[in-house]
Amino acid sequence: MSLDTERARNVIVYLIGILAGFRYYWERIGHAFITLVAVTTITFALFRLMPGNPAQAMRAEFERKLGGSGQAADPEIIDQMVRTHTGFDPNQPMHIQYVEYLRDIIIYQDFGQSIQYGDPVFDILFAAMPWSVFISVYGLAFGYTANILLGAAMAYKEGSRFDSYSTVLATFLNSVPYYVGAILFLAFFAYKLGWFPGSGRYNTRIDAGLNVDFMWSIVHHGTLPIMSSFIVGFGGGALAMRGNSVRILGEDYLRVARLRGISSSRIATRYVARNAILPLYTQMMIGIAAVFSSSVVLEYIFTYPGVGWYTFDAIQMRDYPLLMGSFLFFTIITLVGILIAEFTYGIVDPRAGSGGQNESY
Amino acid sequence: MSPTDETSTDGGAQLSDDQLFGQLAETDSVQLSNRERVDIFLDAYVFTPGRVAWSDWRTRLGIIIMALFVLTGTVGTRLVNSPGTNQAPVNHKPFDGGLSAITEDGGWIDITQTSIGSVSIPWVEFFAPLGASNFGEPIGRQLVHSTPDMLQMVIAGSIVSVGLAAIIGITAGYKGGRTDSVLMSLTDIVMTMPGLPLIIVIAAIYPPRQAWLVGVILAIDSWPGLARALRSQVLTLREESYVEASRTMGLSSRTILSRDITPQLMPYILINAAQAGRSVIFQSVALYFLGVLPFTTANWGIMMDTAYTDGYALVNLSNFYQIFWPMMAVIIISFGFILFSQGMDRVFNPRIRARHAKKVGADEEDAPTR
Repeated sequence: MSLDTERARNVIVYLIGILAGFRYYWERIGHAFITLVAVTTITFALFRLMPGNPAQAMRAEFERKLGGSGQAADPEIIDQMVRTHTGFDPNQPMHIQYVEYLRDIIIYQDFGQSIQYGDPVFDILFAAMPWSVFISVYGLAFGYTANILLGAAMAYKEGSRFDSYSTVLATFLNSVPYYVGAILFLAFFAYKLGWFPGSGRYNTRIDAGLNVDFMWSIVHHGTLPIMSSFIVGFGGGALAMRGNSVRILGEDYLRVARLRGISSSRIATRYVARNAILPLYTQMMIGIAAVFSSSVVLEYIFTYPGVGWYTFDAIQMRDYPLLMGSFLFFTIITLVGILIAEFTYGIVDPRAGSGGQNESY
Repeated sequence: MSPTDETSTDGGAQLSDDQLFGQLAETDSVQLSNRERVDIFLDAYVFTPGRVAWSDWRTRLGIIIMALFVLTGTVGTRLVNSPGTNQAPVNHKPFDGGLSAITEDGGWIDITQTSIGSVSIPWVEFFAPLGASNFGEPIGRQLVHSTPDMLQMVIAGSIVSVGLAAIIGITAGYKGGRTDSVLMSLTDIVMTMPGLPLIIVIAAIYPPRQAWLVGVILAIDSWPGLARALRSQVLTLREESYVEASRTMGLSSRTILSRDITPQLMPYILINAAQAGRSVIFQSVALYFLGVLPFTTANWGIMMDTAYTDGYALVNLSNFYQIFWPMMAVIIISFGFILFSQGMDRVFNPRIRARHAKKVGADEEDAPTR
C-alpha cells in the first residue's frame, strides 16, 4: 500500500517535472492569457468607464425608442435591456461589473447580444470566424512561401540582372497597399473580365455540403480575397530572406561544411535555408496580427461576411456589443495564431527559450 | 579640473588631471569657437550623411518624392485653388481633349498669357487635368488640398510612434532585468493586439477630428515592432567598451543613454520614422476609405470612398480614374518612403560611409570619393 502511494507520488512528481520542463510553452500561454485579459479590460474601459460611453448612448437610444412607441420609459426595463446587450448590470459597483464581464467572456463565452440582429454576438461571430481564418491563413501561407522562394532565388543569383530587377519589383510591390491590390483585382478580374464573383462567400444556389460544386464555389469566391491577403503576407519578406541568405552564404561554418564533403542539397536545405528562415519566422508572428487586421478592409471591399465584415457592419449600425465582440474575436484568433507559431518555433529553432538572463544595471 | 584626492604612492608630486591626460592630445585642447562647433556638428550629422545619401539613387529618388510631397502640402495649396463642387462637369474625364488640347483652345491644358507686374509671359492653364469627381470636384485640386492634412498626420504619427519606441526599447535594452521584462511584456501585448480593429473601435467611440490626432491614434499600432528592434540593438551596444567605460566612470544611466547609446541608434530611428510614416498613410487611407473616421479632414481615402460609393468606380470602369489617382498618390508617396529608408540603411552602414564619404577636414587620401 505504502509502496503504491510512493509510486503514485513519484509519477506525479515526474509529471510535474515534465510540465515544468516546458517553461517556454507555459510562458507563452501565460502571455497570451495576459494579453486576452488586457484586451478585455480595454474593451470594458472603453465601454463603461469613459464619459459618453456606448452604454450610456445605448440607454438614451432605448429610452427614445420606448418613448416613441408610447410606452412609459421604465428605468428598470431599460436597465434590463442594457444588461442583456452589454452583459453587465449598470447598478452594480464598477469592480463587480468588471469581474462579471471578464467571467462572462472567458468562462461562459457571453459577449452580449447584438442590437441589430438580436442574436448573441458570440453565435454570429463564431459562424463568421472560419471564413476570415480561411482567407487570412491562405494569404499568409502563400505570401511567406513566395517570400522564401523568391528571396532564396535572389540570393542564389546575387548580383545578376534577375536579382536587381526582382529587388526593384519587390520594393515596388511593398509600396502597394493591400486594399489598392484588392480594388484593382475587384475592378478588373471581377467586374471587367467576370472571371471571379465580386461578393459573397459561396454560390447560394448550390446546396451547402461536402460536394465538389460547393467546394469549388468556396474556392472561386475566396480567390480574390486570398490574392489580396497575399499582398499583406508578401510585405518586405523577400528582401529580408535575400539578405539573410546572402549573409549566411558568407559564414565560415558553411565553408567547413563544404570541406567536410556535405552534399550541396543538404547544405542548401539544412544549413542555409533553415538559418535564413528563422528571422522570417519571428517576423511572421508579427505578420499574423497584420493579416487578421487587414481582413476588416478586405472583407468590406469584397463583401465577404467574415468577422471583419461584421466589424464594419457594427460601426455602420452603431451596434456596440457586436463591435466589441468582433474586436475580442480578432484578438483571440490572433493570439491562437501566434501561439501556434510560437509552439512550432520551438521545433524549428531548438535554441528558443534558452535565452540567458541579462545582468541588470 | 581639480586634482584627484588619492594619495600618491610613487612618492612623487601629484599630477593634475590636465597634466596626466591633457598633454596626450594637444589638438583637443584647442578652443573651438561656437561657430566651428556648429560647423562640425552639421558636417557630421547633416552634410556628410546627406552627401552619401544623395549618391545613392534610392535615397535621391526617395528624398525627391518626399520633398515634392512637402512642397505640395505647403506651396502647392497656395498655387492651386481649393476644390469645390461643380467647378467642372460631373464625371469630367481626365486629359479631356488628349494631346491636341495642348495646341488647341479648350481641353485640359491651354497656353495663355499672364502678367507679373507689367511683364506679360506665356503661362499654361489647366482645366481639371485629372478629371473631376461625381460631384464635379476637380481631382487634382482635391489631391493637392488633402496633402497638408496628410503631412500633419504623417509627422505626428511618426514622431509619436518612433518616440514611444525609442523610449521603451532603449530603456528596456539598457536596463535589462526586471525593467526589461516588464517593458517587453507590455510591448508584446500591444504587438499581438490586432491593430486595425483596435483603432477602429477607438475611432468609432471617440472620433478624432484633427489630422494630427488621427496620426497619434494610428501610432498605437506601429511602435512595438520598432521598440523590440531597438532593444536588441541596445543589447549589443551596452556591452561595448566605451559604454562600459562610461559606466565605470559613474555616469548616470540617463547620461549614458542620451550621450553614448542614442546617437548610435539615430540612423536606425530615422529609417524607421520613414517606415512609420508609410504605415500611417496606409492605415489612415484605409480607415477613411472604410468611412470609419469622420470626414472632418481632407484625405485621399475620402476621395477613394466617394469614388467607390458615389461614383461606382469599380463597376463602371469609365469612372475608374476617380479611384485611380488617389491610389497612385498613396503608392508613390509610400514608394518614396521605402526607397528613402532602404537607401539610408546603406548610408549609415559605417563601413560603406568610410569608403565614400568626403568629410570636411579629413585627409584626401583617407577619404577618397567614389
